[in-house]
Amino acid sequence: MRLRGLVRKEFLQILRDPSSIAIAFLMPLLLLLLFGYGVSLDAKNVPIALVVEHPNADTASFTASFQQSRYFKPLFVSNMRQARSVLMSGRVHGIVRLAGDFSSKLRSRDGAAIQVIVNGVDANTARVVQGYVQSLWSLWLEQRATSAGHKLAIPVDVRQRVWFNSELRSRNYLVPGLLAVIMTLIGALLTAMVVAREWERGTMEALMVTPVAMREILLGKLIPYFVLGMGGMCLSVGMTLWLFDVPLRGSVLILFVAAALFLLAALGMGLLISILAKNQFVAGQAAIIVTFLPAFILSGFIFDIGSMPPFVQALTHVIAARYFVAILQTLFLAGNVWSVIIPNALALAAMAAFFLLLSRRMARKRLD
Amino acid sequence: MLKRILALVRKEFLALFKDKKSRFIIVAPPIIQLLVFGYAATFDLNRIPIAVLNQDSGAASRQLLAHFRGSTNFQEIAPLHQNRDIAKTINSKQALLVLQLGPHFSRDLYLGKPAQLQVIVDGRNSNTALIALNYVHSIVLQFNNDWVKNHHGPAPPAHLQLRAWFNPNLESRWFIVPGIIGLLTLVVTMVVTALSVAREREQGTFDQLLVTPLRPVEILLGKALPGFVIGLLEGSLIILVAVYWFNVPLIGNLSALFIGIVLFLLSAVGVGLMISSLAVTQQQGMLGAFLFLVPAIILSGFATPIANMPTLVQQLTVINPMRYFMVVLRGVFLEGTPLALLFKQFWPMAVIGIVTLAIAAWLFRHRMQ
Amino acid sequence: MNAHRPQLPPMRSADDDGNALTMSTISKSFVSEGRSVKALDEVELRVSAGRITGLVGPDGAGKTTLMRLAAGLLQADTGSIRVLGLDATRDPLMVQRSIGYMPQRFGLYEDLSVQENLDLYADLQGVPHAIRAQRYHDLTKMTGLEHFTRRLAGRLSGGMKQKLGLACTLVQPPQLLLLDEPTVGVDPVSRRELWVIINKLILQHGTSVLVSTAYLDEAENCHEVALLHNGHCLGQDTPARFTARVEGRTYSVSAAGLSKRALHDVLADTDDVVDAVVQGNHVRIVASKNEPPKNIDLPNSVDLSIVPVPARFEDGFVTLLRAHLRPEDPARHHLDFKIAATTPTRASADAVIQVRELSRRFGPFYAVKNISFAVQRGEVFGLLGANGAGKSTTFRMLCGLLPPSSGHLSVAGLDLRRAASAARARIGYMSQKFSLYGNLTVRDNLQFFSSIYGLSGASRSDRIKWSLEQFTLDSVKDNRSIDLPLGFKQRLALACALMHEPDILFLDEPTSGVDPLARREFWHRINHLAEAGVTILVTTHFMEEAEYCDRLAIMDAGEILALGTPDEIKVSAADHGGPISTLEDAFIALLDANAKVRSEQ
Repeated sequence: MRLRGLVRKEFLQILRDPSSIAIAFLMPLLLLLLFGYGVSLDAKNVPIALVVEHPNADTASFTASFQQSRYFKPLFVSNMRQARSVLMSGRVHGIVRLAGDFSSKLRSRDGAAIQVIVNGVDANTARVVQGYVQSLWSLWLEQRATSAGHKLAIPVDVRQRVWFNSELRSRNYLVPGLLAVIMTLIGALLTAMVVAREWERGTMEALMVTPVAMREILLGKLIPYFVLGMGGMCLSVGMTLWLFDVPLRGSVLILFVAAALFLLAALGMGLLISILAKNQFVAGQAAIIVTFLPAFILSGFIFDIGSMPPFVQALTHVIAARYFVAILQTLFLAGNVWSVIIPNALALAAMAAFFLLLSRRMARKRLD
Repeated sequence: MLKRILALVRKEFLALFKDKKSRFIIVAPPIIQLLVFGYAATFDLNRIPIAVLNQDSGAASRQLLAHFRGSTNFQEIAPLHQNRDIAKTINSKQALLVLQLGPHFSRDLYLGKPAQLQVIVDGRNSNTALIALNYVHSIVLQFNNDWVKNHHGPAPPAHLQLRAWFNPNLESRWFIVPGIIGLLTLVVTMVVTALSVAREREQGTFDQLLVTPLRPVEILLGKALPGFVIGLLEGSLIILVAVYWFNVPLIGNLSALFIGIVLFLLSAVGVGLMISSLAVTQQQGMLGAFLFLVPAIILSGFATPIANMPTLVQQLTVINPMRYFMVVLRGVFLEGTPLALLFKQFWPMAVIGIVTLAIAAWLFRHRMQ
Repeated sequence: MNAHRPQLPPMRSADDDGNALTMSTISKSFVSEGRSVKALDEVELRVSAGRITGLVGPDGAGKTTLMRLAAGLLQADTGSIRVLGLDATRDPLMVQRSIGYMPQRFGLYEDLSVQENLDLYADLQGVPHAIRAQRYHDLTKMTGLEHFTRRLAGRLSGGMKQKLGLACTLVQPPQLLLLDEPTVGVDPVSRRELWVIINKLILQHGTSVLVSTAYLDEAENCHEVALLHNGHCLGQDTPARFTARVEGRTYSVSAAGLSKRALHDVLADTDDVVDAVVQGNHVRIVASKNEPPKNIDLPNSVDLSIVPVPARFEDGFVTLLRAHLRPEDPARHHLDFKIAATTPTRASADAVIQVRELSRRFGPFYAVKNISFAVQRGEVFGLLGANGAGKSTTFRMLCGLLPPSSGHLSVAGLDLRRAASAARARIGYMSQKFSLYGNLTVRDNLQFFSSIYGLSGASRSDRIKWSLEQFTLDSVKDNRSIDLPLGFKQRLALACALMHEPDILFLDEPTSGVDPLARREFWHRINHLAEAGVTILVTTHFMEEAEYCDRLAIMDAGEILALGTPDEIKVSAADHGGPISTLEDAFIALLDANAKVRSEQ
């Protein structure tokens, strides 16, 4: 009865407090929309300057492949000086230069050189652009060879197959990974803030003198925010599947079990933070620094963990989001791969148990 | 008037730095974030785990694989022996890439027929997959060129000469670290300003200020200057760390950089104070700052290019001061962009700053409960 | 208030010695910033079963710590606490099952309705569903909340919130009820209603009650009173016995041809006088002996009348406190004050503050409705009213913090909202809650406000020195102001407000919550300011403060009910029937009459 009363109270409060609703529903929605639509690593229509110093049929066949490609938006300029200035002003990301002797060199023994200059400032985009140019180039070589009636003699021919995400849509991995961030927001940030608020407003003191046990107070927070977190999860999964067309190849059941484990770990952290910091400002800042930012940066959600320096990699092992992101990306895109799911789920369960037991130990029904 | 403003500024600094907690919040998170971002936030891959299924026994396959083994970008895990191992290795994330060389690889190569190298890549993180594939392509390209040269085969009629200006080795840290300067400057300025009016309202001291002879403009300046000074100091500190710790080249001129910082701070302080004067409680101030910061950072081009966004979102970014500052930072650091070319980044920040500051000053007196 | 005092009920659950709560040699220290502060020092206390025991003491005396110890929320360093036969240290959960505790800021969930708050506490206390309906009915009826069960707790007035807090505490009838300052910030009407509820409870259930309070008149409602001061218990006895110690030593003094302030000044300095307070046109004194004071330093021409009056509990309490004053406690100070040279040409009849037909609307609701009054130069003018009567809104409009919806107002001939910043240099402002920069030191605060008002160089350092001396702040000048005891904070706030020698001073509930000695000292300074020609406007719901005013406006529901001197108001209230002896009686009579008029409409 006592627990039921606490849970009911918490739900009523969530429904009536605009800032809880903002964190629980508005932020996830905002993040999903921002990441779903705003964040993309897939370069399309990259503006590129084409410098053709002596236009003829050969250069036209090469530049045609740029004009047809959906990856590039070519801009013809007549000399390198102009090309340089459009690159400096940021209007193009790269320059492709066909020198005046392109046609004659093409038929020579050494072959013609195609100069490709990319703006290296955004290294990631630069590399993607280089890759696109390379594939256009080899396609052009092949076409040329075929039209000349002989097979192209390249020594090693790379046949690539991309599993799980053959179109290489970055949205397919960003949006599932975002679930970990959203659940951290509800589980850790919101929980830490609402418990701290009870301390600030003096309601915690009033609760403590009732016969209610500390275990019940903690459960009274855990249950509502668990439900809220799972609700946020359902909303996000729904948007992921139906708004952003990300496939879910694994089992929904496993997805929810893993989410539940992660949410428990996040709630455990949120409770622990609020027990240690009894005011909203500090609890909020602490939750952002120790849960929200790591979930963004150190979870493998955007940046590859394997490429981080060893000490940062070691640090990621204590970030619960890292295990959840691994499960999410596998479940959505690869399927039920037990060799990924089981170890990561065990790690989540261990972290959940650790944080919940620690909060239980740290929370005492006393004010000193 | 100057004395009164100085008194206000002094009071703001005392209030910020006398309290252990707020001192901590201004100093510690930026340093932690700088280190974490600086080291962790990179799109460069190294030691990509690869697995090799080599069904060929010839020397050529070993030669090709030696190219992969020699690269620091790749690290080979135990060799595979049969086709069905591929799925297991990729699924369980033991390897990101599997290279498969068929039984006729060497024979085809010596015969001048295209020898096939199958590359299977884990696409769960599409960006990582794309970059890894690029690495594979450049190694194979190199191998092909060497092979043609050594075996006097026919060269392709045209070849690519790839060069990257401004960042020849395409290190993404050179891209991320200057961005962090903008990111952290914005975060710190928001933390300092977004709560400053709300905190005084909550504590009742704002009324006390309003009944003194201080004019709204003076209160505005008194509130804006500390955020401005702290932002400028932290920004300069991070620039030093970027140049001397992370070794990012700074080739442009410093005056262009600092004009950019000053204008950016103007707009950041303006937005912060506007949020702060709208908020009645600190909690609202914090929520408001958070709701501004997250989209401002994501839609600034900090991590992903604005050009990749849908048109509507791109149009939305024109009101985001950070997007202009990102261009200034990277331009000055890596490209040495001259001052004149940066003017079109400068004026929008100035406009955002002036408009938001004016709104904030108006709200001081007109937002009453 | 004594009318509702209950008869002693039969004993209920208690210890063998008949006590519901026994504390012996309790000490408790807190560590803050590396320093250990002793909150309670060897305190002895008992609460007899079925009785109301009052815990009286100034702010910071240790009342809340004591309450929390009794509720098992804190652990004592030494000593033992027995609650209803249980050891509170060993068995806090058992203790919490049988007591009710209402903390100072009762933890109402403001975004839940009245009913939902009750439901929550009924669930937590394990009240069986079968008896809930009856219980809710009784409680809401008793607290007058029966028509508001669906309203959100956050929308209730201060007094109603306290009553709801009490109802939540009582949802399972406790054997021992601990109330920590239940009436702080509550207006006189609600205060009386709360006491009626507490008394009823004792009659019906024989509950034992420990109630802490800073209001001394409330102590007289208790069967027994324990006095707490600086962590020490100065004694526990019946209120009558405390009062009896000063019986025959209390007099009301008036002098024709002498202002009450001048008279008060003289009396306060007289050796034989222990305590002197202004009351209406008289000065009430406690003499050191059982005879009227001699050696009053007045010219013979003044016609002095000294009439013996019955002693009050407050007289006993203040006398006892003065005997325990520590050397670092502030002594009485004369305020050396001159008005800045900006003083306008003096015309005795000119009104410094003019208010005509002033209204302020929030949506359809009138917070202030068509009020008019004027304040003369050098006058102390009080705005008196319950919570929500509109006095704070009026105050904020006068300070220029809130634009009026209609009507005219002027302060020193100007509307501060539109006036140039120089005009604001003529007013001083001190607000209800401590509104200085808490994490700045005393000196930082003084420096800040002096610079804001344009002082610099030697005149600034002189003025800061003046403040530190005049307000006895020198010993704490490097302490963070938030750590100061309330009395010091309030002196600092006044020092900051007077930094620029304003000729008009706005005070918003200036002495709410401070102990009687600090309040006396504060008003002593204010009297000096008024004598120096400073115009003072004060809002309050403290009747003691109201007694110091030259003239009062009593507000209710945004309107002025009565306007005049304290004595005039008492007289006019007497027209509404009933004996009027104090300003509080007058206030309540006026409010009752107004409520009657409105319900008839």
